Amino acid sequence: MKLFSEGHFLKGVAVIALSGMLLSVAGCGKTSSPTATEPAANQEAKIGVISFLSGGGAAYGEAIKQGLDMAKEELNAKNKIKINLLYEDSRGEKTDAINAANKLVNKDSVVGIIGPTLSGEMFAVGPIVNGAGVPIMGTSTTAEGITDIGEFVFRNALPESVAIPSAVKKAVDKYKLKTVALMYSNNNDFAVSGYKTFEKAVKDSGLQIVATETFADKDTDFSAQLTKIASLKPDAVMVSSLYQEAALVLKKARELGIKVPFVGGNGFNSPQLMKIAGTAAEGALVASPWFPAKDDANVKKFVEAYKAKYNKVPDQFAAQAYDALYIMSAALDKSGSATDRKKLRDSLAGIKDFQGVTGKFAFDAQRNPVMEATVLLVKDGQFTEFK
Amino acid sequence: MFWQQLVNGLTLGSTYSLIALGYTLIMGVLNIVNMAHGEIFMFGAFVGLLLVTHLKVNIFVAMLGAALTGAILGIILERVALRPLRRKAVSHLAPLISTIGVSIFLESVALKLFGPQSRDFPSSFTAAFEFGPMRISLVQIFILAVSFSLMLVLRFWLAKTKIGKALRATAENIETANLLGVNTNKIIVLTVSLASALGSVAGVLVGLSFNAVEPTMGITMGLKGLAVLILGGMGNITGAMLGGLILGIAEVFSVAYGNSSYRDAVAFGMIIVILFIRPQGLFGSRDQQGGK
Repeated sequence: MKLFSEGHFLKGVAVIALSGMLLSVAGCGKTSSPTATEPAANQEAKIGVISFLSGGGAAYGEAIKQGLDMAKEELNAKNKIKINLLYEDSRGEKTDAINAANKLVNKDSVVGIIGPTLSGEMFAVGPIVNGAGVPIMGTSTTAEGITDIGEFVFRNALPESVAIPSAVKKAVDKYKLKTVALMYSNNNDFAVSGYKTFEKAVKDSGLQIVATETFADKDTDFSAQLTKIASLKPDAVMVSSLYQEAALVLKKARELGIKVPFVGGNGFNSPQLMKIAGTAAEGALVASPWFPAKDDANVKKFVEAYKAKYNKVPDQFAAQAYDALYIMSAALDKSGSATDRKKLRDSLAGIKDFQGVTGKFAFDAQRNPVMEATVLLVKDGQFTEFK
Repeated sequence: MFWQQLVNGLTLGSTYSLIALGYTLIMGVLNIVNMAHGEIFMFGAFVGLLLVTHLKVNIFVAMLGAALTGAILGIILERVALRPLRRKAVSHLAPLISTIGVSIFLESVALKLFGPQSRDFPSSFTAAFEFGPMRISLVQIFILAVSFSLMLVLRFWLAKTKIGKALRATAENIETANLLGVNTNKIIVLTVSLASALGSVAGVLVGLSFNAVEPTMGITMGLKGLAVLILGGMGNITGAMLGGLILGIAEVFSVAYGNSSYRDAVAFGMIIVILFIRPQGLFGSRDQQGGK
């Protein structure tokens, strides 16, 4: 058998080469015309967004998109530099995220990028975007080491190294915990990093870890792990995973008669947790930079506008995305250019005393946010402040 | 804890068995690995879910509806992806690829129709019973009962009825069966739709027990089903039934007495060891199944 027939092969090569030429010609036409005709007075800043818009974590992506869209409308109504958001779906996959980043950086020539949603995606995309000299800001990338990728990488997501210890500490103080079981998704960078933070926080508080169980993203059966945990009778269970798995873990745990408090990582920060787990979510704890019932004029205004537009209360992802675009826009105004990537980076790095809906905000020298966390408790199907 | 974990393993294993049965039927008769089986399984779960939540039917009617949808999908699959290839002398890998095509198509359709969010069955089966050291939920009993009775009925039907015999004859040798007056085309359609109906029912059962029905649920379950197909002996019904249970129990016990990170490694490592000892699978015969 021949591996390929020559006639077809050559024809194929010719077709590919020809279509490549056609495409590149079309591409040139597209990219050159707007810069030539654009008036200088009315500048438009193109900002790319890479988000988890379909797949198992689509609720995160949807919230982020809604937060950004709302911020864009408000900003474009008053600011001189108009913002144009170009959305790309990463489906929560690193390869899709990389493709999206390459398209945004090279074809769309964006001035900056917001996203991607997951820390694992950021670890894949960050080096590429950083290498191209484009500022990128994660709004929900909470894992350790995100901004170590390079000096163009920012985040306004509260790192779990701040959030998790404060949740663990509050839980220990309140419930007098002595033994805990840890659970995490071992094929998700974000969840593994969260687990390490949990482990450290738990050890620092002098607790005994009776079991460490793992599962994988998209798993649906947790009965074996939870049966084991139930037999060890820990005072609390700490879970690091996305909301989908977290909710199913909670559900199964309550079914197996595990009634102890659950402390979660950032994945718990979604109303989807209560929606999927129902009453099983009661008693779950999570530290969040965002609390929609906070007694603050900015927060109230944002929550009301969001409710009017989308008919639901914004979650942490919407709030952080909303703040992220405001921060970007403030940096753009300060830099005075809608296209200069280096200037945008420098003015982003200088952001401080920014008052957003997630509180007072500044970037530290490592381009991580300086902000405070509130510990929330699920009670009657709602997040409430845990005191 | 041992007994409780055994129940967990049996529940998980019986769903694997049910999925593997679908693969096995098609493998046995057509010598084809049907890569779309996992997606038909997922469609079955969704149809069952929609019937329960929107039309408020009881769970048996929902399973029947899912089985019917599965059967129809199976018939379409056979018409579109298998029959045109069977008529021509093409590589035996061609149907594998065409069924992968169908699986991707079905998954995309499900994403469009049902959205990416995972949903769950209304919890009317969450009641649990305590049997000494065990805690068995109604769902687990239900799954065990339904899957075992389906497997037994299928075995009996294949062994005793006329159509069952015709099906086995086709599996043995298509040309000979044809010569002996079996309408093999009909038998093939029947096999594919039966396998798909079983897959759909498995979808409803898995949806019931794990509470997560979403468009990509077929992928992992499909892979496990494939592993069971090999483990049990390509195209052997008893092998598929026992193979599923063994895989389920192995996974659960490696979590219970080992490390949960290694559960798939342990389960699949065990499959490799078994295949070293019995390359034809647990119940496979040496001279390959059916066909050539």
